[in-house]
Amino acid sequence: MRYFISNVIKIIPVLFLISLIVFILVRVTGDPVALMLPETATDQEREELREALGLNDPLYIQYFNYMKDVLRGDFGDSLRYNQPALGIVLERLPASFTLALSSMAVAVLLSVPAGIYSAIKRNTFSDLIITGASVLGKAMPNFWVGIMLILLFSVNLGIFPVSGSGTLAHLVLPSITLGTGIAAEMTRLIRSSMLEVLNSEYIRTARSKGLHEAFVINKHALRNALIPVVTIMALQTSTLIGGTLITETVFSWPGMGQLLVQAVNLRDMAVVQAATFIIAILVILSNLTADLVYRYLDPRIKYED
Amino acid sequence: MTTALKKPSRKVLMEVRGLKKHFEIKKGTFKKEIVEVKAVDGVDFEIYEGETLGIVGESGCGKSTTGEMLLGLLKPTEGTVKFMGKDLTKLNKKELREIRKDIQVIFQDPYSSLNPRMTVEQIIGEPLQLHTSMSKQEIREEVIRLMKVVGLNEEQLKRYPHEFSGGQRQRIGIARALALKPKLIICDEPVSALDVSIQAQILNLLKKLQKEFNLTLVFIAHGLPAVRHISDRIAVMYLGKIVEIAERDELFANPKHPYTEALLSSIPVDHPRLRRKREPLKGDLPNPANPPGGCPFHTRCPYAQEICKTSAPELKDYHEGHLAACHFPIE
Repeated sequence: MRYFISNVIKIIPVLFLISLIVFILVRVTGDPVALMLPETATDQEREELREALGLNDPLYIQYFNYMKDVLRGDFGDSLRYNQPALGIVLERLPASFTLALSSMAVAVLLSVPAGIYSAIKRNTFSDLIITGASVLGKAMPNFWVGIMLILLFSVNLGIFPVSGSGTLAHLVLPSITLGTGIAAEMTRLIRSSMLEVLNSEYIRTARSKGLHEAFVINKHALRNALIPVVTIMALQTSTLIGGTLITETVFSWPGMGQLLVQAVNLRDMAVVQAATFIIAILVILSNLTADLVYRYLDPRIKYED
Repeated sequence: MTTALKKPSRKVLMEVRGLKKHFEIKKGTFKKEIVEVKAVDGVDFEIYEGETLGIVGESGCGKSTTGEMLLGLLKPTEGTVKFMGKDLTKLNKKELREIRKDIQVIFQDPYSSLNPRMTVEQIIGEPLQLHTSMSKQEIREEVIRLMKVVGLNEEQLKRYPHEFSGGQRQRIGIARALALKPKLIICDEPVSALDVSIQAQILNLLKKLQKEFNLTLVFIAHGLPAVRHISDRIAVMYLGKIVEIAERDELFANPKHPYTEALLSSIPVDHPRLRRKREPLKGDLPNPANPPGGCPFHTRCPYAQEICKTSAPELKDYHEGHLAACHFPIE
């Protein structure tokens, strides 16, 4: 428990640093005023808007004001929606979570059996097929897989909707797009991890006890082999929540990724800052969860208090 | 011990005949070339009830492979392993799992042979759960009893293997092997991964348990000193074959095979003044994938003659169960 608390405390400087970096990057990459006003606007009008938004203050004063608000839970108003940015971001969270979880489910359902099977049948034809498929899966970029799936299943076969959200059918294609990429990576990891464990002495011990082979694999081998896989799963889940920018855009999925892309394009500073802040917290939390799960899975890991 | 094992009272527990294990290794760029490694190449011996048979040889001589075949964990290429009348090589998977009750194993490396995610209770209790109809409480009591037998205490029941020292881990391994009250335990170099001071403790423990539980032991080791302490009979293996097998004292006093002689002369003596004339073996162990023809030992044998290069000697009985395979046995 003390380990957990000390790690939560360590989050604070990380978040502080992230907010600073994002704050500066948003301001050096472009001027929101140029996008907000029509091209016919006069210089004076632009100047007035700048003043009103506080963009004429020195950067450190802007940051100071911004942080003062953030500490009160106020990330500022979206320039586009004229609503509190945090609310807009949080509104998108459920959609992002749904997609992340279903993609992870696809990845686990594909990779765990495939990884185990190819480890047990190593150097056979089926192993070759699985390893080959996972190399291919890793090599195909998400946006391309997404477009190909749309072409095949939506345009040609008409089974699933092209884009949008709302029903379970809308979830299928984006989940497969994201899931296969992660499955490819996890399959290779599970395979190598399983191979290592299967060659270990305690598997021989388990067999010498007279255990059924299926039991040896499921209880003795798999539980040990899954330890490194958990790390990858946790890291991928956090990337899935915030980092699915391209896939969400391809499928018009109303998640945080899509919101972030739009906000960056429109120089909607408050939304970009709020979204990155939330994503940062989620990434940190999932890493922390991985740590805790690790501890549960592997009794050898002891965290110093 | 030796006198008690004279022929009339001997009952054969396991009989090994013509046991062979050949591994195929694919070589070359396209793995087209297949090389056959004869890890075990025609081994015959008996294990008598209540005795300890030591199997000694250099790394790669096939002693551990032999051990795995005695356990039924490895299918032999040829030959039979008869245990109490049943041929292990002909049993199906289910029958083999059943035979685990009677034949157990203690592995070499106590660090890697215990599942890191299982507590001592689970490790020792799992065979009981599997092969007996004991209740959870009965299993726990039995595990505690076994832990005490091997010199561990009850408080360590819920600990994980990494919380123990090497010697303690090997004790866990021994308790696990004992759990099902087996008749035969194969000890595959059980002390070679341990500190010298711990080695003696574990050997003494095994000796004590053997008497207590009327166990038959096969003790695999790569040096004669370790097996001398514990064995009644010793088999010396070289390149997949048994070159000599005899009662312990007989073997140490009158080695017949030059390889045994060389192994004996390589044992360090206790006192520097006792330094004996040593005859170190020349050369290395030949590649088991390409063993020399004739007598496999002729490339390193100080007494080798022409005939040794062409014809392989058979195991011959020289004196009451003292067998050796040599054209020119030492008198």
